[in-house]
Amino acid sequence: MNWTHLALKSLWNRKTTALLTLLMVSISVCLLLSVDRIRSDTRNSFSNTLSGSDLLVGARTGSLNLLLYSVFRMGNATNNISWLSYQELKSHPDIAWTIPISLGDSHRGYRVIGTNDDYLLHYQYGRQRAIEVQQGVWFNDVFEVVLGAEVASQLDYNIGDNIVVGHGTGSTSFEKHDDRPFKVVGILVPTGTPVDKSLHIPLEGITALHVDWQSGVKRQGKATSVADTLAMDLEPEAITVFLLGMTSRLKVFSFQRLVNDFSSEPLLAVIPGAALQELWQLIAIAENALLAVSIMVIITGLIGMVTVIIATLNERRREIAIFRALGARRETLLGLLMIESGFYGVVGLITGYILHTVMMLLANAYVQSHYGIALTVGWPNESMIYILLGFLLTATVLGVLPGYRAYRQSLSDGLSANL
Amino acid sequence: MTSAYAFELCDLAFSWQKNTPATLDIPSLSLPLGKSLFIHGASGSGKSTLLNILSGVLVAQRGEVKLLGQPFSSLSNRKRDRIRSDHLGYIFQQFNLLPYLSVLENVLLPIKISALRRRGHSRHSIALIDEAKHWLTQLKVPENLFQEKISRLSVGQQQRVAAARALIGSPEIIIADEPTSSLDQKNVDNFMAVLVDQCSSIGSSLVFVSHDLNLVPYFDTSFALQTSPAGSDL
Repeated sequence: MNWTHLALKSLWNRKTTALLTLLMVSISVCLLLSVDRIRSDTRNSFSNTLSGSDLLVGARTGSLNLLLYSVFRMGNATNNISWLSYQELKSHPDIAWTIPISLGDSHRGYRVIGTNDDYLLHYQYGRQRAIEVQQGVWFNDVFEVVLGAEVASQLDYNIGDNIVVGHGTGSTSFEKHDDRPFKVVGILVPTGTPVDKSLHIPLEGITALHVDWQSGVKRQGKATSVADTLAMDLEPEAITVFLLGMTSRLKVFSFQRLVNDFSSEPLLAVIPGAALQELWQLIAIAENALLAVSIMVIITGLIGMVTVIIATLNERRREIAIFRALGARRETLLGLLMIESGFYGVVGLITGYILHTVMMLLANAYVQSHYGIALTVGWPNESMIYILLGFLLTATVLGVLPGYRAYRQSLSDGLSANL
Repeated sequence: MTSAYAFELCDLAFSWQKNTPATLDIPSLSLPLGKSLFIHGASGSGKSTLLNILSGVLVAQRGEVKLLGQPFSSLSNRKRDRIRSDHLGYIFQQFNLLPYLSVLENVLLPIKISALRRRGHSRHSIALIDEAKHWLTQLKVPENLFQEKISRLSVGQQQRVAAARALIGSPEIIIADEPTSSLDQKNVDNFMAVLVDQCSSIGSSLVFVSHDLNLVPYFDTSFALQTSPAGSDL
């Protein structure tokens, strides 16, 4: 039995207070770790959504806005690109491939994307990974649909099911294209990106949907049959956006300038990475605010811990007098209380880390399906490790405050004070 | 440390604040080794202050304290704390024991902390436990209580456990601060008999403070502390 042993036994003797203090410290550590982890997971998730595309081209708008609605399916396009302009730009000799995308329709809250075979061929996410069909095939006919993995699992759709696409992007669309159902022919491999939350139909399918529609409203008294629709020319008049790859990275800037100066209609070409940087700058403000709050919580936790230790000193006067009678020096009392505060630091860190890990594991399924962000668990990164070491050191050194106070108290009480 | 005296005080004065009359003013007081001293006085006469000076927690503004023939009051705090751990056994008025340790663990504390008080005993923990059991037995603490929690003991038993803790490792000086004030008469007699007996068996000097003058016969000498400055009377 040495002083360390005594300090811990004494702490155990006050276990209710000690456990609550420990809880306070661990929650503050858990918050810091979680905020940091969610921050890096969010960045990874956004960065992994699109890769391989050199430029995004859409109607003129903010570059961030273009990135958000075309890649992340957030917000809506303000305008379209005419099919003619698309064809003209597409035929430029420096362009290796393009993926046309037409947005604006939805199915039970999930976005419907009009595209073509190039999507399957050229769309890449993560580290240059291509889209793959897990079940069935890619669409080959106007009224066929290929589902993202999450759409299929959440709405419990299988190959061969018929689904109806609604107009607009709300989950309860009043206007439904219910006279022209689509047949599920394929389901994609899960990607952890917004692709999982999309329904893919041919561009011609989008056009076919809107036969008999004018300015977003169904024309009364007119219903073209499916057979007649198929006989019509379904070449789209416009698309919302297109992704493209250049034959050489060096030509990206000159083509970007060409698009931005395009004379027939106002267009915007952005480099996805550059727009993403703009997004980070925006998000960084919120991230820093969150980080500042969690550091504040850590500081509050430490202040709370010292307050609790100091508050218990009064009822421990007897104990301290006994220690002093046994020969405890000033350093012994400082040490005893540093062991106590260091204990809160170390055990608070460990339980805080466990709490954080459990929380991430539990929240992962929900966050993944609602926000498309994969939460990860693992060791803190290097800068976080330094912050945590600083926390441990501070927690231990803070024990000096109550320790010194205990010594002063023991001098004025003396050994013979009868408390 | 060989000296004829357990402690010697010379021209001692202590006051809690500057420029106030001294709480304690003792021209001279000493106790030969192996003898017992009874200190009595009214409340506020400075009994507690004197014990704190003897145990080295307080330092007098004036005068000299020698402990076991060595200068004591002029030492650093650290050295006085060390001497207290090695050469002094202390018994409080009450609440002597740590509630989160067993009876046996409480008694073992001094020899766990001071290497010097382990002197003469094997460092082996079984030998130390035997030593603790020996003292508990000498002080008539029933063996079935050795592993018990402190809260299971009566006040009289607690004070005897405290005495066992003061005696373990045979320190040269035992200081007792009104240890009988919370005991009934039967327990007082019981406690005094074993304490005085055991102190003399190991040759320890006993400094005992109390306001109960009935205890005087147990001691070799007595000393009255007066509220006003007074001379020694050994």
